[in-house]
Amino acid sequence: MRYLWIPFLFLTALVSAQPPDLEKRLADLTAATKAAQSAGDNAWMLVSAALVLMMTGPGLALFYGGLVRRKNVLATMMQSFVLMAWVTVIWALVGYSLAFAEGSTPFLGGFNYLFLHNVGAAPNADYAGTIPQSTFMIYQLMFAIITPALICGAFAERMKFSAMLLFMTLWMFLVYFPMAHMVWGKGGLLNAALGGKIPCFDFAGGTVVHITSGVSALVCALYMGKRKGYPNEPMRPHSMVISTIGACLLWVGWFGFNAGSALAASSLATSAFVATHFAAAAAALSWMVAEWMHTGKPSVLGAISGSVAGLVAITPASGFVKPMPALIIGLIAGVVCFLMATSVKKMFGYDDSLDAFGVHGAGGTLGALLTGVFATKEINDLLSGKPMGWADGNAAQVGNQAIGCLIAIGLAVVGTFIILKICDAILGVRVSEEQEIEGLDLSMHGEEGYNFEA
Amino acid sequence: MKKIEAIIQPHKLEEVKEALKAIGIDGMTITEVRGHGRQKGHKEIYRGMEYQVDLLPKIKLEMVIPDARYDEVIQTLVKSAHTGKIGDGKIFVFDVLEAIRIRNDDRGEGAL
Repeated sequence: MRYLWIPFLFLTALVSAQPPDLEKRLADLTAATKAAQSAGDNAWMLVSAALVLMMTGPGLALFYGGLVRRKNVLATMMQSFVLMAWVTVIWALVGYSLAFAEGSTPFLGGFNYLFLHNVGAAPNADYAGTIPQSTFMIYQLMFAIITPALICGAFAERMKFSAMLLFMTLWMFLVYFPMAHMVWGKGGLLNAALGGKIPCFDFAGGTVVHITSGVSALVCALYMGKRKGYPNEPMRPHSMVISTIGACLLWVGWFGFNAGSALAASSLATSAFVATHFAAAAAALSWMVAEWMHTGKPSVLGAISGSVAGLVAITPASGFVKPMPALIIGLIAGVVCFLMATSVKKMFGYDDSLDAFGVHGAGGTLGALLTGVFATKEINDLLSGKPMGWADGNAAQVGNQAIGCLIAIGLAVVGTFIILKICDAILGVRVSEEQEIEGLDLSMHGEEGYNFEA
Repeated sequence: MKKIEAIIQPHKLEEVKEALKAIGIDGMTITEVRGHGRQKGHKEIYRGMEYQVDLLPKIKLEMVIPDARYDEVIQTLVKSAHTGKIGDGKIFVFDVLEAIRIRNDDRGEGAL
């Protein structure tokens, strides 16, 4: 009896060895699964970020570059390129914080992430719980880069380089950061995912990117006036080849823009990928056919412009709509933007040189409204069972979308006008007549795009 | 010596060069130019903006020939560049004061 404790102790040890080992293994397994999911998500998000940057350089650089006259090709490409660098610095220092840190108002973020303080490997569960916040930050940066670059289409061939840099800097602070915060930031007025007062569905930036840039573009075009000789002097694209290459890069890059906005390598990303592609295809065809009927020939410029219009329109809708509505959205966008960039522009006579307003402003607004029509919880149950758009019976969502559009438009109009006034006063926004005639490549940069004789 | 300037259709260049080579004329300068006489241009449309493109691509041939070969060269040129349609082009003839071979300072018809 004295040594009964020995087998008793042995049996206790034997019995109690099992449960902790099993629990630990389960915990390890769960952690490994999460890590695998995170790895997949992060891989996709980093690729998406790269795709979106590619949209600016060389996508937009080529697309816009080919559409201008030869003497301005470098200057046009430089506008996109320099923004890749300059917006990055602003974003790193303070931009990310102003867009995505929680602020004291629903209109702008705070300074918690100044100098990217607290932005590192740890995920930010408010935005994307399975990837490092740094990934989210760098992904969003690429959006911040392309948005101002789009505006350049309106004042192509006549804006002073220095004034453009100042303009874009002010524009980021006055228009982009507030809009990005309102739609995507924690506490933002229009943020549907995080309980904004006016929930607006904007999956990848129809309002934040396209309406703001497109409308700002129109304001710039009106303020700066027409190019010398417009519309009587022929100003044909100097290289449709380059523009077509650029448009194709935009199409491919847009998968990062839209599908990446799922912020995970998920079935939602797939859904957005499919919707994006379908809209691009449908819009390319509808613009092409509309033009074919109108002028007798289907132009390449029309086809590629159509694809961009479809991509713009599907941007807010991409993670909310089914594939067939995506085709419909594309179909409508191709025709509407065709009319905006041709008939309407001609009717009002403004020189929106590369149709930034006609495609991005109009396409973005159209897409935002159609998002309210076609958004369905069958694709994205963002509101946990509550109906999303008209497709779910909630027609009122279209009203919310409209409010989001109006805020974007209002902000863009007022902000851009003020900024133009400031830039004009300090630097003068438009080049001189001699500089415009000589071409911006020489007058602004001292270079020529093509030196075939050399 | 005569200088011949011929503005011809770009797609006739090969035929003209071969024909001239066949009669022993190898030396010429060729430039890509744009222009028109009475030939109509074409319409191009970019995003709804119509452009009437009047300046059409042409080829300018320049050559200097000895006086003795003048008739033969003109005949060959006209025959090979001809299509019968508007836009075939024109030939202009100038008197040449001097010709010099840079390599060895040959002068006159010997330099051609």
